[in-house]
Amino acid sequence: MSRSDLTRADVCVLAIAECFRNDGEIMVSAMGTSPSLGARLAKSTFEPDLLMTDGFNLLLRKALPLGVEPSDRDVEGWMPFGAVFDTLWWGRRHVMMGASQIDQFGNQNIACIGRWEKPKAQLLGVRGAPGNTINHVTSYWVPNHNARALVAKVDMVSGVGYDRAAALGPKASRFHEIRRVVSNLGVFDFNTPDHRMRLVSLHPGVKLEQVIDSTGFELVIPDGLDATPVPTPEQISILRELDPQGYAQKEVVE
Amino acid sequence: MDKRMTVDEAVAEVTDGMTIGFGGWGSRRKPMAFVRALVRKGVKDLTVVSYGGPDIGILCATEQLKKAVYGFVSLDSIPLEPHFRKARQNGAIESVELDEGMFLLGLRAAAQRLPFLPTRAGLGSDVLKINPHLRTVTSPYEDGEELVAVPALNVDVAFIHMNRADAAGNGQALGRDPYFDNLFCMAAKKAFMSCERIVSTDELVAGGPLQSLLINRMMVRGVVEAPGGAHFTECPPDYPRDEKLQREYAATGKDEEAWNAFRAKYLDVTESDYQNAVSR
Repeated sequence: MSRSDLTRADVCVLAIAECFRNDGEIMVSAMGTSPSLGARLAKSTFEPDLLMTDGFNLLLRKALPLGVEPSDRDVEGWMPFGAVFDTLWWGRRHVMMGASQIDQFGNQNIACIGRWEKPKAQLLGVRGAPGNTINHVTSYWVPNHNARALVAKVDMVSGVGYDRAAALGPKASRFHEIRRVVSNLGVFDFNTPDHRMRLVSLHPGVKLEQVIDSTGFELVIPDGLDATPVPTPEQISILRELDPQGYAQKEVVE
Repeated sequence: MDKRMTVDEAVAEVTDGMTIGFGGWGSRRKPMAFVRALVRKGVKDLTVVSYGGPDIGILCATEQLKKAVYGFVSLDSIPLEPHFRKARQNGAIESVELDEGMFLLGLRAAAQRLPFLPTRAGLGSDVLKINPHLRTVTSPYEDGEELVAVPALNVDVAFIHMNRADAAGNGQALGRDPYFDNLFCMAAKKAFMSCERIVSTDELVAGGPLQSLLINRMMVRGVVEAPGGAHFTECPPDYPRDEKLQREYAATGKDEEAWNAFRAKYLDVTESDYQNAVSR
């Protein structure tokens, strides 16, 4: 596989995989196609100790291609929902969730659009976002970066951001960490004095103005911005093996 | 001991305004034969406590649900439940929306006859804002930490569906996830279990590992043999989700006429007529 068929989706998936670097022997729960592929790439390459499920309740020894049913020989353990809750309260977990809305401090909304009491659009409900974010590391994936998704104020705080966590005080917030946000345009983190969202890198081909125009709040823009690393030929060939149908390619708006 | 009965006999215990708990998760091993029986019975003003799927959706569509208590409502392969969405967006129902883990602790508190169980989950999120009845509690120990006190989710009647059971009410979950059906039973004043097949106790014990015997007979008042009783949700290893019928159901969310036709064909009929209509 040559580098010439490298796509934006490949860059995003590598950036997602990088979120899990140095996580070691913890469980990764990656919601959605690109997060799932990114976590599998991390486990297949630089983070082999990660624990991952088949998306349901089987812990798998190695990362299987998307869409492949595990056989008994792929299984190393059992993770039904009861054990997922115990694990997340224990803190040995890094989740990557989607975000219908996310603000500059990383408050995330997957519950509804509009007033919660009578929403304009009912979405999933808060699901596990409140408990995830207050108990262990969380990252987010936004496949279509625009000013309706990256907003000044989310309609309903499902996942807790840094300003809310700080207001709780150091005891209640000691396990809170929003590691990174990966979008189809760039990579973002909260490593700023007041934990406001910072642009870390632009994906190749993305202009800074495009990110600024597509974001509904003021991003922290550091000097000397880097481009998001692109996968090596070896990583690309692993990605093609892990996603033979190209599901992740369809998810990313270029 | 013989606790065998029909779905309609079990559902006769439900009256208007009661709080009902449903086992399963999303569109997985839901006690759908009981849901259908509740629709036939026509009880109203129900509060439903559930890791929600089509149980909540159908009772929204039939306007029998007054209040939903949930962490999410989803059909899994179809992420958003159309009838629940419609009811929420029309302001037609009351809601208690909790973090999924808070929901579990609420069930556990009820099962343990405690007023609440503490957790960090919910702190800092709008779950506390949209649920003004929620309180926090301060640790009485040196740490002094403030935690959310998740109130017990007490239930009047719980309904669950298992793969196998015996006539006395011992139940077996043969799928890979037991979910929290045992807790629903223990959180309820009365619980009823349907199953794919009622077998002898010998056959039940031989039919799977001991860990699959999730329900013991103390937990349930009645046992119903209801083959296909979780349909159209999945009930592995007996059957997968009926994605085709689920799609048909989901499509009725935006089309009143289609809903009326769906209801006439699949809900305003006996359980055996339903099973014939969907015969697999």
